[in-house]
Amino acid sequence: MRDVEDDVVAQFDVRLRRCLDAAGVPISALPGFAEDVRELVALYRGMVRTRQFDAKAIALQRTGRLGTYASSLGQEAVAVGAASAMQPDDVLLPSFREHGAQLWRGVSMLELLLYWGGDERGSRFHETRQDFPVCVPVGSHAPHAAGVALALKLRGEGRAALCIYGDGATSKGDVDEALNVAGVWLLPAVFLISNNQWAISVPRARQSAAETLAQKGIAAGLPCIQVDGNDVIAMRDTVGRALQRARAGAGASVVEALTYRLGDHTTADDASRYRKDAEVSPHWAEEPIARLRAYLAKVGAWHREDEERLLIEIGAEVETAASVYLATPPQPVESMFDFTYAALPAALIEQRSAAVSEAGTPEARHG
Amino acid sequence: MAEINLVQAINLALAHAMTDDPSVLVLGEDVGLDGGVFRATDGLFARFGAQRVFDTPLSEALIAGMSIGLAAQGFRPVAEIQFTGFVYPTIDQMANHASRLRTRTRGRLTCPMVLRSPCGGGIHAPEHHSESPEAMFAHIPGLRVVIPSSPARAYGLLLAAIRDPDPVVFLEPSRLYRATHETVADDGEALPLDRSFVLREGGDVTLIAWGAMVQEALAAAEELEASGIDAEVIDVATLKPLDTATILASVCRTGRCVIAHEAPLTGGFGGEIAARIVERGLVSLLAPVERVAGYDTVMPLPRLEQYYLPNATRIVAAARRARAYA
Ligand SMILES: Cc1ncc(C[n+]2csc(CCOP(=O)(O)OP(=O)(O)O)c2C)c(N)n1
Ligand SMILES: [Mg+2]
Repeated sequence: MRDVEDDVVAQFDVRLRRCLDAAGVPISALPGFAEDVRELVALYRGMVRTRQFDAKAIALQRTGRLGTYASSLGQEAVAVGAASAMQPDDVLLPSFREHGAQLWRGVSMLELLLYWGGDERGSRFHETRQDFPVCVPVGSHAPHAAGVALALKLRGEGRAALCIYGDGATSKGDVDEALNVAGVWLLPAVFLISNNQWAISVPRARQSAAETLAQKGIAAGLPCIQVDGNDVIAMRDTVGRALQRARAGAGASVVEALTYRLGDHTTADDASRYRKDAEVSPHWAEEPIARLRAYLAKVGAWHREDEERLLIEIGAEVETAASVYLATPPQPVESMFDFTYAALPAALIEQRSAAVSEAGTPEARHG
Repeated sequence: MAEINLVQAINLALAHAMTDDPSVLVLGEDVGLDGGVFRATDGLFARFGAQRVFDTPLSEALIAGMSIGLAAQGFRPVAEIQFTGFVYPTIDQMANHASRLRTRTRGRLTCPMVLRSPCGGGIHAPEHHSESPEAMFAHIPGLRVVIPSSPARAYGLLLAAIRDPDPVVFLEPSRLYRATHETVADDGEALPLDRSFVLREGGDVTLIAWGAMVQEALAAAEELEASGIDAEVIDVATLKPLDTATILASVCRTGRCVIAHEAPLTGGFGGEIAARIVERGLVSLLAPVERVAGYDTVMPLPRLEQYYLPNATRIVAAARRARAYA
């Protein structure tokens, strides 16, 4: 293809950022925030919260009390690290596997359970009012992130949008289109690929022939970087810099977090149909929680009592959320209508009444 | 011969078509080794290999668009869209290209493809997994739209769809995938793509339905029978082109009809059927046409979906109203 005399007109490289190795040993100088172990303990707590929540959600689904659920087992550092780099007034546009980011941002466990249990109130968010709900149609929220970022830019607010999606999502046109406009218009957005190596049964290598997914941003003129997604310190640092850049008006960037989906795609999936245990098990050695715990223990900031206390505290939070969830009656039938438009159009009044009377009394319904 | 369910019937038809005709290909997300999330393509990868069964990158626009290219080249792609909420990006390709390639080139290039997708609610699925988009496709000239409601009809209609020289949108009610079993002979016999099925004869009222609503209509007919009302049940499995004759013949006899569909009422395909009945059968009508449909709301999440989905009770009530009409 290439002739030696041809001029090189553009050249790119993609770098990988790592702070801790799989055993929790620093590879390079840690970023400033890591000097304060309280910051690291907070990240640790965020990841443990995420994993405990996950385990409960799966248990509820397995016993018929929650809908299909997408576990984030092994990917906690991506979500928690990224969310911890956000300012409260930045805007999060997650896909459906970033429970850790949502929890960090103030979405409650109850809300998450409601959503995954099939109740729209789970997306109502008492906190973090501008964050987008989970996005199920893969990648279709990337253009929303561009729109949010444009709004923030038009108002000159120095805020940024963070959009998270998977390796599979990078194959969608919507995602490329969003990156493209974010490049041309210098939008304050960060596009974070949570590359867990699988899109249901399709491995990363069958999704794209590109060496990295980060480089998909290069064609849009965006700075691109890979980061060890199981290293929460590197995650926070990398996404933090990208967000900082966006808030400062220097434009969007793409971050590809390398992680691994340790569980099934969702509770409706059986991964043993398409991947072997032998492929999965080595990745347990790289998982993010043990890694940070090893580091914290080494610097004397984490002891067995701390771990025990944390597990008890979070266990209680999870159990409380689950029991409130289980005791929450479904919404009234008319709620189907009441949020379709700002005000109920006259044309819907008759349907609404019919729905209410057909559903019968609440006692008849749930008795 | 073992009894099989609807998704197994789909699988059987795919395997039969692939065996018969080497130009039949299967593509989509997770249709290979995984066998499709509903297992519709289970075993096809092992049997027919990577040259005929493809896991595509994750893009529905790509799946539809590539199928058009393959079809124009003489292959017969059977594309799977994984869940109903993700068919919308294919509408661009289906409306702008698949449906009109023959017209635009005056027959030089054609598009013998099948776009399969699950449809409908009732399985407590996540958000965007329970919609009923059939009317959107039925609105596009040049497409055929098929929705089977039993294993045997799924088998025969899918074979017909694959053999048809034009693009077919084949919607499979996910609620019925494993709901019923029946004996299906793997005889390669296709069913016609432009004929409604009269599933039950009756002279008092005509119940017209498709997809998962057919089961509800049949249950309604049972219930009506208990109170002395004799209902005819028509499965409009081929929505487009629509077999108006079968519907009219029935309504002209009964004078009363109820049309049931899961999709929202407004702009739903029931409106088209009602219009045809009124246009050509007005004088035979003894009561206004009744429609029992999904509400004009966003498809609710699972906790409320049972109150959204039309059911036998609502169909029975509508049939009684039609009966009671002076
Ligand atoms: C547009 C679209 N197509 C198909 C699906 C069904 N589906 C849900 S998740 C998924 C794979 C997504 O892979 P990836 O983007 O890597 O995210 P991950 O699930 O690994 O977090 C698919 C195909 C969907 N939700 N949306
Ligand atoms: Mg993935």
